[in-house]
Amino acid sequence: MNAISTSSKAVEVRNVFKNYGEVEALQDLSLDFPRGELTSLLGPSGCGKTTLLKIIAGLLPADSGEVMVNGETVTGPGPDRAFVFQDFALLPWASVIRNVAFGLELRGVGKSEREAIAEKYIADVGLDGFELKFPHQLSGGMRQRVGLARALSVDAQVLLMDEPFSAVDEQTRRKFQEDLLNLVKHENKTFLFVTHSIEEAVYVSDQIALLLPRPSRVSEIIRPSGFRDKGIDSIRRDSEYLDIVDRIWDSLRTYVE
Amino acid sequence: MKAFGYQLPAMSSLIIWGLLWELVGQLELTFFLPALSEIFITLSEIIGTKPFIKALTETGQAFFLGTFYAVTIGIPLGILMGKNRFIDELLLPWVNVFLSAPLTALVPVLMVLFGFGLKAIVITTSLFAIWIIILNARAGVKQINPALVEMAHSFGASPMDAFFKIYFWAALPEILSGVRIGFIRAVKGVIIGQLLISIVGFGALFELYSSQFLMSHFWAVLLVLFTLAFSISEFLAMLERKVEYYASKR
Ligand SMILES: Nc1ncnc2c1ncn2[C@@H]1O[C@H](COP(=O)(O)OP(=O)(O)O)[C@@H](O)[C@H]1O
Ligand SMILES: [Mg+2]
Repeated sequence: MNAISTSSKAVEVRNVFKNYGEVEALQDLSLDFPRGELTSLLGPSGCGKTTLLKIIAGLLPADSGEVMVNGETVTGPGPDRAFVFQDFALLPWASVIRNVAFGLELRGVGKSEREAIAEKYIADVGLDGFELKFPHQLSGGMRQRVGLARALSVDAQVLLMDEPFSAVDEQTRRKFQEDLLNLVKHENKTFLFVTHSIEEAVYVSDQIALLLPRPSRVSEIIRPSGFRDKGIDSIRRDSEYLDIVDRIWDSLRTYVE
Repeated sequence: MKAFGYQLPAMSSLIIWGLLWELVGQLELTFFLPALSEIFITLSEIIGTKPFIKALTETGQAFFLGTFYAVTIGIPLGILMGKNRFIDELLLPWVNVFLSAPLTALVPVLMVLFGFGLKAIVITTSLFAIWIIILNARAGVKQINPALVEMAHSFGASPMDAFFKIYFWAALPEILSGVRIGFIRAVKGVIIGQLLISIVGFGALFELYSSQFLMSHFWAVLLVLFTLAFSISEFLAMLERKVEYYASKR
């Protein structure tokens, strides 16, 4: 494990508290997200993963504490971050290409320019030829590819993904996980990835932040190091992979009824 | 429509009722109901005449202005109510009161407030149409997927962007059906206005024909009015079908 210098942190969360009325969603949570890496937020449902991600996205204010992206304090959504939503959040009345270009549209990019960019990312996520289809004509997996292409096309340095694969079937999910690894490798971006699946977190992450409820803060940070370069086919059989999965399960099992 | 397991051609119910009407009319049971053919003959006689064209123009103008205001005020207001809790709680009771209020009874008050001219008729027409338009736009916004709003916000949407690119489109199926019902009510409103406020347009024709017991004239104008209302309603229903593909999948 290497020490991480300040400049290599894309996102820093400092002593964040968040309550929903009586519910203490986050309590004094601090966490760093290294630049260019994928960090998973892993924890049982209801432990505050979405809350944390939305605070980082600037969609939700923290009660106290601070979030910094590239050294600047977050006060709201910004072009340095893009969100991938759990239930896709596609415009049902708009074609694939308009959906993918929607982030750019909101940022005032001209139609021909934004559609050219959208075309590229539609092809990148493997939806070539589906530009003029509508969301209801696509499978769940394809819809999430649209959501991913939309987030990629605004070229934000930080991608925030809230359980992006939880609404797609198991086979699609595995394909997505492989694609995600390639994305992390080839795009120079920082990925914040929320999941409640232990296997998924260990498979895709450079760093795993284990969130536990009551008090909802980071209980452990795990950095798998050995199997990342061995090729994606052998990860699931790697002994370090299996050990980490077991270790995380040991920490989490007490919270499962 | 189906009968005895056979699919009947479109509009068969209209044809059946038309034939029945013709039959009853031919029997001359009551002067109130002349034969349909007689009505059509009368219609062909009056439809090109100056008084008829004038009435059509007057009614058309009042209807157009009335529905224009109802739509341009009603839709944004409904969306705003759906978006904003405070505005909603402030206005909803009034909208509901006026939706079910006997607006005809208010017409004399409108006359006192706005005079006996076009203005009062237009306002009457708007008042008949606007409440259902507001309520439907509001209902459309209420069922919006909050993730869409969040998505737009996360990509930096301004409040104007959110209004025109998210709320309006998300609520469009409900908005259109509200507008359709509103327009049908506006037909009623404009005629009541033209009967009670100043005797102009189709209202004047109805008044004239019924007071002189010219029943086939009366029915002829009613038929024109029905056809116009039916066409508008069908046109809006067609627009509704155009957004149907996403109405059920929001
Ligand atoms: N809008 C809200 N109002 C009230 N409580 C909420 C709201 N959003 C989340 N919570 C509560 O906060 C806690 C954390 O929620 P969330 O961040 O969605 O967890 P996770 O994403 O890990 O499942 C849960 O107990 C949830 O019930
Ligand atoms: Mg969640």
